[in-house]
This record gives sequence, C-alpha cells and structure tokens, in this order.
Amino acid sequence: MAAVAVGGFVGPLLLVALGVVLPAVLAGVIGQLARLTLLLSLPIAISAVLVNVFFFPGGETVLLRLGPITATAEGLVFALEILVRILAISGAITLFYLTTRPAELVVDLERRGVSPRVAFVASASVQTVPAMVERAGQITAAQRARGLDTEGSAWRRVRGIVPIVGPVILGAIGEVEERTMALEARGFTRPGRRTLLWWPPDSAWERVLRWAVALAVPVLIVARVAGWLTWLP
Amino acid sequence: MLTLEAVSYRYAGARRAALRDVDLELRDGEVLGIVGASEAGKTTLALVASGLAPRAIGGTLRGVVRIDGRDVAAAPMHEMAAQVAIGFQNPATQLSGVTETVFEEVAFGPMNLAVPRNEVIGRTWDALASLRIEPLAERHPARLSGGQQQLVAIAGLLALRPRHLVLDEPTAQLDPAGTDLVAEALSHLSARGASICVTEQKTDLLAGLATRVAVIDAGAIAFSGPADEVLADPRLADLGVAAPSAVRLYRVADAAGLSPVARDRLTAALAEELDVR
Repeated sequence: MAAVAVGGFVGPLLLVALGVVLPAVLAGVIGQLARLTLLLSLPIAISAVLVNVFFFPGGETVLLRLGPITATAEGLVFALEILVRILAISGAITLFYLTTRPAELVVDLERRGVSPRVAFVASASVQTVPAMVERAGQITAAQRARGLDTEGSAWRRVRGIVPIVGPVILGAIGEVEERTMALEARGFTRPGRRTLLWWPPDSAWERVLRWAVALAVPVLIVARVAGWLTWLP
Repeated sequence: MLTLEAVSYRYAGARRAALRDVDLELRDGEVLGIVGASEAGKTTLALVASGLAPRAIGGTLRGVVRIDGRDVAAAPMHEMAAQVAIGFQNPATQLSGVTETVFEEVAFGPMNLAVPRNEVIGRTWDALASLRIEPLAERHPARLSGGQQQLVAIAGLLALRPRHLVLDEPTAQLDPAGTDLVAEALSHLSARGASICVTEQKTDLLAGLATRVAVIDAGAIAFSGPADEVLADPRLADLGVAAPSAVRLYRVADAAGLSPVARDRLTAALAEELDVR
C-alpha cells in the first residue's frame, strides 16, 4: 500500500528493499521469496509491461516501431513504475506467506479479541486443504483399483474426474453433521472468550515496528497528496 | 443421574420412530452397556441421551431426557458440554480439524469451556496418561492411524471431566490393546463417580466394564438388567448380539459334556485371561 502511495519509481523500490528484501534476508527466506515472487508476478508483469510500452496513451518519444505499433519511452517509464508496484505487492504477500505460520496468526488474532468462530473458520480453511487432497488421493487409488482409467486422452481424463470429485465432495458434506455435533459437544458454541494455551511472542521492538509501519502508510499518503514527494524520481 | 422417561424419537423426514418408549436410568458411578444389532437404535439412543438429538440434528422427541434432574431440552448446548460428553465411532469427525498437535486436540474442549490455563494443561496430561498416549502429544492428529485417532478423541472427552459420558461404539477402530486401555480409563472415570453409557458390539468389553446392560431392538428396550445376567441371556443371539467369549465357551463346554466343575474352571480361566490381556 505504501508503494502505491509513494508513486514514482525510486520510492517504491526503496520500500521494497526496506520492507521486503531486508526482512526476507533477516528471516533467511530471500531465495524462496525471489523464486515465489517471480512466479507470482511474472504473468501480470509481462502483460503490464507490453501493454504500457506499446500502447501508452500520449507517448511521444519513440523507441521502436513494429509495424503499426510503437514502443515509447514514456510507456517504458510508466511500465517500470507499475512493475515495481507489482513487485512490492507480490513480494509483501509472499513474505507474509513464508514467515507466518497459520496457527500462530489465528491464535494471535484470537488473543486480540477476534471471535473463536472466525479464528476457527480461518484455521479450518487452511487445514482442510491437505485433508481434502489426501482424501482425493485415497479415492483416486480406490477407483483405479476398480478399473477407473484416469490416464490417456483428454476426454478419458475428464471422464475420470467425475467418479473422484463426487465421492470427495459428498464424503466431506456427509461428515459435516457429525463434526458439527462433535464440536457442539465439546463446548465450541459457548459464548465468550476461550482459554488459550499459548500465543506467539510479541517483543517491544516488534510492537514499535508494527506501529511505525501502520503510521507510515497514512503519512506517506498525506505526503503524496500534499506534493512533498515530488523530489523522488 | 441421567434419565430417559418414555422417550420416543423420530428423525426429520422419517416415517417411523427410531426410538420407541425408552425408559432408562443411569446412576452416578454406573456403567450402562447398550447392545443391539445394526440399526437397532444404539446411535440414536446415544444422540438423544447426550442432548444432541433433536437439538443439533432436528427430528421430533417425545418424553423427557433429564441430566441431574434438569430437562435437557431447556439447557443451552454449551452448558450441556460441561455436564455430558459424547463420543462417536468415526474418529476423523470427532477431531476438531484445527489443531496441529495431539496435546492441543485433547485440550480443545476444556479450552472452549474457558477452564483456567494451568488446569487445562493438567487435565490434558491426565487424559493422555489415562490412555497411555503421552508419546503422541506432539504428533499431528491428522497423521495418526484410525485407532490412535480414536484414543485421542476419547482423551479429548476425558479432558472435559464430564459427570456423564455417552460413547457410541468407542472401540470400533481399536485393536485389543487399545480396547483394554479404553476399558481401564472408563473404569477409573466411573470410579470417580461419573456415569457412563456405552453402546457396543464387543460384549467382551461390556462383560468386564458394565454394571448393567440394556438390549435394544427396533428402537425399543427388549430387556435389561445386571450385566452378567443379560450377557448370559440366550435371547441375545435372537436379537443379533454375540454373547461374550466366556459365555460361549461355557455353552460349548456344556454341550461337550464337561462336568460343572470343569466348565466353571474353564470359563474362570478365560475371564482371567481376558482381564490380564
């Protein structure tokens, strides 16, 4: 958000270096971060660069002509600005994914007053995916053992999906009632806060840093609107 | 005390009642075994006795279910959770699905009831120890075998320290050693004054655990009484229930013409062997 607020090219780049690259280096995830960020942002980055370089409205400084289309310097500058913003957004999301355990996030949210039900839904969503994948694997193996053909032509593969997806979804739905009853019987519907066994450590400097980041965003927005950042290229 | 007074229950959309005029009384410290053929109504009885039916699954209930004198229908479910716990036979659906360790899974119930943190930890270790599954404490619940998950699910119920416990075929996925662990844990719980209602196909388990047994057939109680009398009743076979091993051995010995003394010694030796195992 700060990268979008600052505008230009150098400002967002500095923010990426400070807010994404430096923490990633400190957390020891810079390699994974670079790989995942590239994977995440490459498709949209390529299309954004092509569209802006060749179709930037009002571009006058011609860099290249390819038949009826023209690449302009103004378009290239704007494309780079877009690129660095995409990098900032996808880098920040990837850094969050790489450094935050879902369980810690959910417990911390609950500690800060978020309803246990909301925390449960968030946590269950994360944990349901591997369970569903495992179930799908078991059903696939069982259906194959009964002669289902899931290899070969595209049409055969499509036909093979139905006998797998059906039991996966129906099985999951069928378990919902019993799981709901088991949760009720274990006091899950009790109103009010529940006891937490642990929560992630939250040191003083982490709190200061968090507040600083949170305050920096509105400050940067005000600075941009007031024209105090025009010196940044 | 947990009582069912003239209770009939019909599932939503069903034509016939799944339970018919059931009268049961479960006193504190007592273990009541419920036996019956498949679809006789055992699971329905467990759901009704725990207050989950019709509250959680709909349907129509006639009669009254009381827990410690209080009509279950009038109590919120989360209040009931502190009084009566229920366990189902499928361990996968009993686990919360949101915990990353067995310890957290077992602690899930007391945490929901806002039991103080230190007490939650104490209860959790006690429950794990009672089923001798402390070594599983740091494992992920989803990566356990079916039998281990069942033990974890039962430990989660024990950690609630319920005054009343309803278990629907709790040992369905357990090997003999796991079954014995559950029997031992339930014996300790009942010795502390909890009343326990267990629906089971394994009459050997009930022979060593239950004080009374009720036989259910087509949704109605066919007969009930002290465990040793009911489990030796010849009518059990007609109702699709296999008698305990000791009873069957006694009958075989009788048919083979063994003397009464030899028969008694043989069945006593088998009962001892089952106990030791």
